[in-house]
Amino acid sequence: MTSLIINAFLLAGYYAVLATGLAFMYSVMNIINLAHGALIVLAGYGLYVLGNDLNLPFPVAIAIMMAAMFLLGVVLHRAVLARAYGGGELLPLLATFGISIVLDNLMFQTFGADNLSLAPLVGDLSWASFELPGSIFVGKISVYILVTAIVVIGLIELLLRRTALGHRIQATSQDRATAALLGIDTGRTAAIATGIALATGVVAAAALGLRSAWGPYGGSAILLFAFEAVVIGGTGSLWRVLAGAIVLAFAQSLGALVHPQGFLIGGHLAFLVAVFVRLRGGRISLARLFGKEARA
Amino acid sequence: MSFGEFAVLQDISLSVGAGEIVGVLGPNGAGKTTYMNILTGALRPTTGTVHLLGEDVTKLDTAQRCHRGLAQTHQIPKPFSGMTVFENVLVAVNHGRSAPAHDPISVAWTVLEDTGLAHVANRPAETLGLLDRKRLELSRALGTNPKVLLLDEIGGGLTDAEGDALVDLIRSIHASGVTIVWVEHIMRLLLEGCSRLVCMAEGEVLADGDPHTVVNSQQVQVAYFGASA
Repeated sequence: MTSLIINAFLLAGYYAVLATGLAFMYSVMNIINLAHGALIVLAGYGLYVLGNDLNLPFPVAIAIMMAAMFLLGVVLHRAVLARAYGGGELLPLLATFGISIVLDNLMFQTFGADNLSLAPLVGDLSWASFELPGSIFVGKISVYILVTAIVVIGLIELLLRRTALGHRIQATSQDRATAALLGIDTGRTAAIATGIALATGVVAAAALGLRSAWGPYGGSAILLFAFEAVVIGGTGSLWRVLAGAIVLAFAQSLGALVHPQGFLIGGHLAFLVAVFVRLRGGRISLARLFGKEARA
Repeated sequence: MSFGEFAVLQDISLSVGAGEIVGVLGPNGAGKTTYMNILTGALRPTTGTVHLLGEDVTKLDTAQRCHRGLAQTHQIPKPFSGMTVFENVLVAVNHGRSAPAHDPISVAWTVLEDTGLAHVANRPAETLGLLDRKRLELSRALGTNPKVLLLDEIGGGLTDAEGDALVDLIRSIHASGVTIVWVEHIMRLLLEGCSRLVCMAEGEVLADGDPHTVVNSQQVQVAYFGASA
């Protein structure tokens, strides 16, 4: 039982890492990025090429990929999202859905159908574990991922609340007209925010690749878990995403206890309950589904 | 300026000299807000040009005009929620100036002291009452160090006493050297606050000059008060 609880928390850390970029993009830009999962997979291939083919140390590969994904985010915003902005909720959804299909197939074309893993890049870390009292073993990687999730969320919250850039991003996300009146280049700010969201995807890609393996079409599964964690938690603060991830992970673990095949079902049930709770009595909207409220 | 077939503004030519405080009066639908949005760059005029401090800014966007010294307050105050009063002003100080302030924090403090909000500086902005929200609108605008300040119906919804307090604040901002264009339909505030009054109706300038002369002119009496011609 203790081991089940600990493992659920560790799994939650993984889901939180997956969901952070999605929640950040929605809470500051009002864009549900359906290419979120595919972009994480893309970052995974980037890490693989840098670490395996070019033999770069893993932290260096992560740093390079974060810079690359940040730039890709800026380009993505300028080329697609900025044009979709102001066209209603559906337009960015369709645009990012299209991007995900293109990315999925480009990655299939380039890297083939084989499943890849980043585990060989970190030596014995991928299977090393901590032993807790009572002969409970927990994987080191899972612990590091949970810690990373907390650090990443903490850093982004700090950025948003305490820095000039963060205030600029908040101002732009709340009211572009007023932000512009106060001298903020809103297009540039939104591009930077997209870059940050994609850069956090590299952390998710590292977590994905170290925990297990992925294939070219792995993005939709990632998107599903991330989306569920965000809807369950809500997007007022990124800490809520961590809470959502914890609920999702516990629901899945409980599902697995009830029935060997119940793991996914348990998570989906928690998601459905969250959907009904969020949408009860009132208009159906994406903002309500994502529990969007002002940052407090 | 036209929206589709509908010409909201016909042929408005308004020139405001440095250091003036000009009131713009007009009934609903006169085109005041459209006019103001053209000045800030929120709307592009179908024809005509906008000049700011001698420079043609028609092609510049809102943020660029802000950096050149133009600021505007909203009719309905929209503080950034999730930020304190102080942080709201800090956003303006950090981003709205053509040259970055050396010490943004003390600049923001000075602004809040001038506008009388220093005592609530660390409160979440969304907890302010209406008058203080309007003060915050002014504070944010002042944070950008404007040379020209546009006020869009800032007096709406205030009690008489609150209105007087606001007029005092606006006059002190004007006295510090800021040119002010004040769009309003509460005539009393404009008469108290302004040295020149422009009356608009149906997208045109009806009268322009000394406030009391403008208010008493025949066209304004007809357009604004519904007096028979």
